[in-house]
Amino acid sequence: MEKSKKKAAHPLDNLLRTDRIPHIWCAGCGIGTVFSSSLIALQGSGIDLKKTVMVSGIGCSGRAAGYVKLDSYHTTHGRAIPFATGMKLANPELNVVVFSGDGDLFAIGGNHFIHAARRNVDLTVICVNNLNYGMTGGQAAATTPSMAKTTTTPMGNPEQPFSLPLLAFASGASYVARWTILHTRDLTKSIEEALLRKGFSFIEVLAPCPTGYGRRNREAPLETLRLYQERTITRNGAHPTEATLDINKGITVGKFFEQDRPTCVEMYDRTCRPSFSQESA
Amino acid sequence: MKYWRIPFDVDEIQTSRGSVTIIEERCKGCGYCIAYCPRDVLELSDRYNAKGYRPPAVKKPEACVNCHYCEIICPDFAIFSEELPPDAME
Repeated sequence: MEKSKKKAAHPLDNLLRTDRIPHIWCAGCGIGTVFSSSLIALQGSGIDLKKTVMVSGIGCSGRAAGYVKLDSYHTTHGRAIPFATGMKLANPELNVVVFSGDGDLFAIGGNHFIHAARRNVDLTVICVNNLNYGMTGGQAAATTPSMAKTTTTPMGNPEQPFSLPLLAFASGASYVARWTILHTRDLTKSIEEALLRKGFSFIEVLAPCPTGYGRRNREAPLETLRLYQERTITRNGAHPTEATLDINKGITVGKFFEQDRPTCVEMYDRTCRPSFSQESA
Repeated sequence: MKYWRIPFDVDEIQTSRGSVTIIEERCKGCGYCIAYCPRDVLELSDRYNAKGYRPPAVKKPEACVNCHYCEIICPDFAIFSEELPPDAME
């Protein structure tokens, strides 16, 4: 009891707007873990936090921008990546982190995602994938597994979900990884790596949604973590086409792809204003 | 500590010690820290916090090796561990 009486300071409190904590995320929600991994990675990577921006869209994960004590933007639905691209083009010195959910980045914001990956804009995109639209009441999303039950698919989802690493790879992302919230150390390392490299980096993180997805598919939060523990296979360097996300066949996690190629700003300077790039070089 | 094979230098290795602090008013009682603590340091307490959740309590303080896993998996920034000097517990 003595410990709880004294004013305890969490090591991440200097990166949090503590007046807003406790946050709105449900008990057992995985977004908090992804968020804390990102903050540990931001702290550990040694990048200049005065020049770091966090951009979020709409949804449960979109709240993250409101909790981080950095310059942060809570943008319109699906438009986190266009805001981030604009910010990066206006001030290429900034480190821009996009932290958002699967619904925001891949359903309403799907086009923005593929084009930012194609252009190789220098962003770090962290996508919390909870397999449904959590904030609006657990409807089927573009990532809901086939046959999973949601409020809009009570008899099971008849559609096939997106494979996010494959989509990112095919669109031209230069760093693709997938982890779960149980692989927190690998996730933190991966986010650190993504922050320190140039180009479009995409990290998908599987997270439980006990209120929306878990309740209808009989997965209590700890049950979801047990599935992550038993069914995940770490395969670094596996081709994104082999990255399965199926509870029965196994969930492939790991760092799938990394390849350096010229970023959007570098290509623009080289092509459209060669004199500028020579002066600055 | 449990070993599947006793290392030769087990007497020379010093394991780090940690002390866990729980910020009870932030806890939402998900139980991740209790279930995934590798040294089984925590248990569910029988108290309730202001929001009606049951926070964890430290069951075996001497077992903590300061691995920070509870700190990193807690979704609510409600638990952290700090390093103790190696002889603090003896």
